[in-house]
Amino acid sequence: MSDTAPPLLELRGISKTFPGVKALRDVRLQARAGRIHALMGENGAGKSTLMKILSGAYMPDAGAEILIDGQRVAIDGPLAAKNLGVSVIYQELSLAPNLTVAENIFMGRALRSGGMVDRAGMAAACAATLQRLGADFGPGATVSTLSIAQRQLVEIARAVQFDCRILVMDEPTTPLSTHETDRLFVLIRKLRDEGLAILYISHRMDEIDELADEVTVLRDGSYVGTLTREALSRDVLVKMMVGRDLSGFYRKEGAGHHTGERALTVRNLGDGRRVHDCSFELHGGEVLGLAGLVGAGRTELARLIFGADARTTGAISLDGSGADLHVEQPLDAMRAGILYLTEDRKGQGLFLDLSVRDNINVMVCPRDANAVGVMNGSRALQRARDAIKQLSIRVASARVNVGSLSGGNQQKVLIARLLELAPRVLILDEPTRGVDIGAKSEIYRLIDELARRGVAVLVISSELAEVVGICDRVLVMREGRLVGEVGGTSGHAITQENIVALATGASAGASAEPQRSSAAH
Amino acid sequence: MTPKTAAAIVAHEAAAQPPRAPRAGARDLIRTLGMLPVLVLLCIGFSLASENFFSLQNLSIMTQQASINIVLAAGMTFVILTAGIDLSVGSILAASAVVAMLVSKLPEFGMLGIAGGLACGLLFGLINGVLIAFVKLPPFIVTLGSLTAVRGIARLLASDTTVFNPDLPFAFIGNGDVLGVPWLVIIAFGVVALSWFILRRTVLGLNIYAVGGNPEAARLAGIKVWAVLLFAYATSGVLSGLGGVMAASRLYAANGLQLGSSYELDAIAAVILGGTSFVGGTGSILGTLIGALIIAVLTNGLILMGVSDIWQYIVKGLVIIGAVALDAYRRKGSART
Repeated sequence: MSDTAPPLLELRGISKTFPGVKALRDVRLQARAGRIHALMGENGAGKSTLMKILSGAYMPDAGAEILIDGQRVAIDGPLAAKNLGVSVIYQELSLAPNLTVAENIFMGRALRSGGMVDRAGMAAACAATLQRLGADFGPGATVSTLSIAQRQLVEIARAVQFDCRILVMDEPTTPLSTHETDRLFVLIRKLRDEGLAILYISHRMDEIDELADEVTVLRDGSYVGTLTREALSRDVLVKMMVGRDLSGFYRKEGAGHHTGERALTVRNLGDGRRVHDCSFELHGGEVLGLAGLVGAGRTELARLIFGADARTTGAISLDGSGADLHVEQPLDAMRAGILYLTEDRKGQGLFLDLSVRDNINVMVCPRDANAVGVMNGSRALQRARDAIKQLSIRVASARVNVGSLSGGNQQKVLIARLLELAPRVLILDEPTRGVDIGAKSEIYRLIDELARRGVAVLVISSELAEVVGICDRVLVMREGRLVGEVGGTSGHAITQENIVALATGASAGASAEPQRSSAAH
Repeated sequence: MTPKTAAAIVAHEAAAQPPRAPRAGARDLIRTLGMLPVLVLLCIGFSLASENFFSLQNLSIMTQQASINIVLAAGMTFVILTAGIDLSVGSILAASAVVAMLVSKLPEFGMLGIAGGLACGLLFGLINGVLIAFVKLPPFIVTLGSLTAVRGIARLLASDTTVFNPDLPFAFIGNGDVLGVPWLVIIAFGVVALSWFILRRTVLGLNIYAVGGNPEAARLAGIKVWAVLLFAYATSGVLSGLGGVMAASRLYAANGLQLGSSYELDAIAAVILGGTSFVGGTGSILGTLIGALIIAVLTNGLILMGVSDIWQYIVKGLVIIGAVALDAYRRKGSART
């Protein structure tokens, strides 16, 4: 394949700023026809943002250059992208399940004959495409009857039907079985051989090994580098994805406050779908990290422990007692002293129309109320004021609506709410997501203080530097299972490289055994 | 020059803090006051247009006519705060009125007609609540079904006639007064006061706002969402029952077919006009009171001005649309996006 012609797609100087955060910083990318170009990076590295710019969903900051066949183009919307031959297949497929395959393929571009919709024409037109892609269903099938793998095929057919030249696929194999994945790979190679440029976003090392002709790595919104197939090595990739950490930022006072006693024991916990057979122990005074890629099942595991979702297997016990807690709803977990900080503070945590005082008190006010249920207003206000002071929540008064606070302060309000109940086990899911540096540092101090007081803390975080910095021990999840442990007695040091290696499966075979709880330690 | 140490970073960020939010007290006030100026303007307008408007007699009539709607709207406030709706209040009012009358006619029962009416309302409210809280059916559909079915039950109970009781023992509710203040008005304001207390001063009240504002967050915070919903619809039912007792006592009669017809629309209008949002989580009973008074003033004022029946409907309808539009505009500017 000649490399003297300009690349099919070239991105230069792509930056994207959202309020408060710079998601992309001067990123570049080149994709050639007839090549599979993989895009890798940690959670939050900017891969999805970059693809959304390419597909016209986002507009890049000034100074961006997008070239197709060497010509500068402006992608000012999804239609423009489609007309330029760019098609993106997102993880959450964008099909209408109530319509047929043909209607979905032609969505927005329905064929007409004599002023009416030409269903027969559309069906005939895409029948050929479907056959070419090896579909085992016809244009008349209703999408809701199709499996995920088949629906993906419809999306690919939609792209190919309209002369797509650049096909972007965002983690397509996440919902697929091994067999379906193999078939998908056959199809992707076929499309590549027909001359498409394929941009393939994935976390999975083995897929990159199998498919990629080239790999570009992003980190923290910046372009790190591109490797060709020959130069590809897992170690190099991991190093590129991880980079250096800000280890000075997360000071830990001494060597942790591990009390040695078991606070929470989880055995064979699973829900049959996203979480399988997870077992671990959490000790008083310990800060245990739970790392893994997005979709690994960490939040799902936490929700099972907390009773927010129903488990199908396994048991949870407190303080080494061995007796299963039978947690079926959040109220059961709360009564046992297990509290959970949701990762979605706006959607599942805060009451944005209520005041700071009400948000802080909502779980503890039944305890302060009198027999008939009348709230103790002055006590509630006092609690709120104390919390504001202790957590340095920057707010004019406790009566302000929580919706008007900054992300960091909102997070502190939510944490304050949980602390009012003096938990024994505290599960923090992405506690510093969307939080400014000042508040982050305060939250780390708080976590350390809680550990010192003997609370058992489980921290779920996608920010590796944070995990490495504040945790005494780290469990790593991949695809719903606990695949390894670093720190503690595992013999592996807590480093970002070790964690990423376990999370992506790069060190499969050479990794530590999945953690099993055993009474005699 | 980027700060290097953690302490410096924190200090750097602290210096760049965003400006503080305006005092919440002021914003809340503007919100509830939101409709009060409208009420005042309408009163002024009508008193200029008709010299009878501000007479003591007219005010008495007006507030009595408003009282039933106020009671219904109070119940509706609880329901809409939980992001639900109760379309069946008019029908429950009718059925409860019939039951109250029938019970009052039984020898030895008399005054227990009041209890009968309330119990009837509670029963239908609980049925609504169970279907919504446990079977998890959408409130609109459930109460639409109740609207129709309970209307039928009301007619059935009265054998499709009008139930009279010229010796109604609790007729004083609809016609009597205490020191010049009609019983209807006393009951209406009593309901408002009790509702205010529950919503603002009890744990249950806070839970109602929480469930309406963010039901998933409420569940994760350990709130029993089913109990809150059951309470809201049961309350709406009981208050509809009370409305039935009030209406029947005024007329000395109850008719299953016509009584309470379309009352739910005025109740909903009062709640929305008063600033409670359809999506739940924000609003107040005082706002509902103002909303109900606006509707009462509008109805009464238009009659005094001799405006025909048809135009009354049109004007009222436009006012409601305008209020909902205002509500949407208000929410757009709020924090919840």
